Amino acid sequence: MGKRINVKTNKKILPLLLILLVLTICVSLTIGKYPLGLTDIGNFFLLKLFKTGNMDVRQQDLLSNLLFDIRLPRILAAALIGASLSVAGASFQAMFVNPLVSPSLLGVLAGASFGAALGMVFSGSWFAVQCLTFFFGFLAVGIAVGIAKMHKGNTILLLILGGVISGAMFTSLLSVIKYIADPANQLPAIVQWLMGGLSLVDYKTLLAAGIPQLVSIALVIIFSGYLNALSMGDEEARALGVAVERIRLFLIFLATLMSALTVVIAGMIGWVGLIIPHITRMLVGPDNKILIPASALIGAIYLIAVDNLSRMLFVVEIPMGIVTSLVGIPFFVIILRKAQKGWA
Amino acid sequence: MGLKPLIEITGISFGYTKKTVLSDINLSITKGEVVALLGPNGCGKSTLIKIILGLLRPASGGIFLNGDNIRNLDSRYLARKIAYVPQTHKSSFPYTVLDVVLMGRIPHKTFFFRYSNKDMKIAKDALERLSILHLASRAYTEISGGERQLTLIARALAQGAQTFIMDEPASGLDYGNQLKLLDQIVKLSREGYTFVKVTHSPEHALWIANRAVMIKEGKIVADGPCDDVINTDNLFRLYNARVNVLKFDHGPFNVCVPQTICGCMGTSDNCNLSVLGKSQKVMQCQ
Repeated sequence: MGKRINVKTNKKILPLLLILLVLTICVSLTIGKYPLGLTDIGNFFLLKLFKTGNMDVRQQDLLSNLLFDIRLPRILAAALIGASLSVAGASFQAMFVNPLVSPSLLGVLAGASFGAALGMVFSGSWFAVQCLTFFFGFLAVGIAVGIAKMHKGNTILLLILGGVISGAMFTSLLSVIKYIADPANQLPAIVQWLMGGLSLVDYKTLLAAGIPQLVSIALVIIFSGYLNALSMGDEEARALGVAVERIRLFLIFLATLMSALTVVIAGMIGWVGLIIPHITRMLVGPDNKILIPASALIGAIYLIAVDNLSRMLFVVEIPMGIVTSLVGIPFFVIILRKAQKGWA
Repeated sequence: MGLKPLIEITGISFGYTKKTVLSDINLSITKGEVVALLGPNGCGKSTLIKIILGLLRPASGGIFLNGDNIRNLDSRYLARKIAYVPQTHKSSFPYTVLDVVLMGRIPHKTFFFRYSNKDMKIAKDALERLSILHLASRAYTEISGGERQLTLIARALAQGAQTFIMDEPASGLDYGNQLKLLDQIVKLSREGYTFVKVTHSPEHALWIANRAVMIKEGKIVADGPCDDVINTDNLFRLYNARVNVLKFDHGPFNVCVPQTICGCMGTSDNCNLSVLGKSQKVMQCQ
């Protein structure tokens, strides 16, 4: 007997996840090296919003600094990155008709990390690093798409091969940069960047990256109905009147934009884009109209939780990318067994 | 007949850089016809249906739907008129049967779409017509091949198309499901739907199609009513196989009987067949 997916509960799951996300954000505000209770935070917000209650001015400053300058930007960044990577992964999985695909398929992460390393070695400016990260993320995908366009044949397969080539190229270029980097301070900076982390997040970056990310996520949600058709293969989708080439290119553009920006914010965060869509599919089924928004919410919740872990697990903060891999890999092994049924 | 053709194919040629796949194909299809495309592997019949669907662009010639060149038609409009029923396949994702049928509503939608209650009703009606409404919430990956093929036909119905292009619909189905499928095709053709189907089985063509088009090496070698063109000579030309086509006195069906398998000869001079233990006279042996 096949698993039945209840359409009615599916409609309720999105608001439910949204509430869960808000709760996660609230709880995460209390988590940190400096102990803050929910009552402290509650009093603080009451004071700020309704001017009621009383609080020592120095206590107010401390709370404002902790919550708004340190914790909130990290939480928002984690949410944005989690949502972006999950949506990019889910849409790639549908359009490449393969549930084993991650956002890095077309080389965006390899290109972006090369860009970041390049910036760190040849330019001191943080802004330049961010610009190069973004630029090379896009360039890598552009090369992959270009290689696919050079040949006639199975477009999906050609795109994947193009991505393999482009990714491999930027990975080797990254090695070149690592080799010539100053081993005293540049190399460690590159290595740490590649492990991914949120310690460098500021509001300016968050705003500049977050708005395009949110717009992209919204656009993918709008186009999610077409993803179902795309995942049946090119010919069938075209016979259903879908402008396959144009929509796929547009979706690749959006996914690349989102993923490249996650590297700009926090470096390499692996596994999220592969695992979250899977977990979400097990929860809400494969219909992309629900899967995409649900992936965004679950991805956001997941990465906030992971960031809490990476801050609190040890005395010293561990890079988030390490945690996502360590959590992701065993998780993937479990999912693999459970999900096999649905793919074969 | 004076009936205006529904689909008119004139002088179609198609080829890849080195190889010509189709040359100078002319065909006109009338509403309500069930046309079987027969031919050996690689003869170009699958290419032809892809051209009719607008998935491939011919090097020369044109396809006209009700007199309009499909090249000038919007792909969504075309999808509302002609539906593609592919070979049964396993989807990579376990969509529900209803989700798959709802995809048929995409050509009726614009960019920002959600399926309305009307779409739901159309999809469920389509499932009902094929008697598979009970499968609606089952995963498409977990139903049988025959049920998947029926689901794809339901999707074509939901699409609102009047013409169905089928690519070897019976392939991979067990015997019972093949017959069930043929039954559904006949039922729909009586309601006025037009079918163009690629088939590997001359018998299926004899049973349900009213016209057979035989393609070999990119050319049409025979085109006419099945009972006329599906004969020993043409089948030998197409498949290089010696087959007798037998016609019964009673009963509507013709059957194909191989003349020889491993040297075991069936004679065509003495055509008395035993049907259900009763001896029946065979009317003609071609």
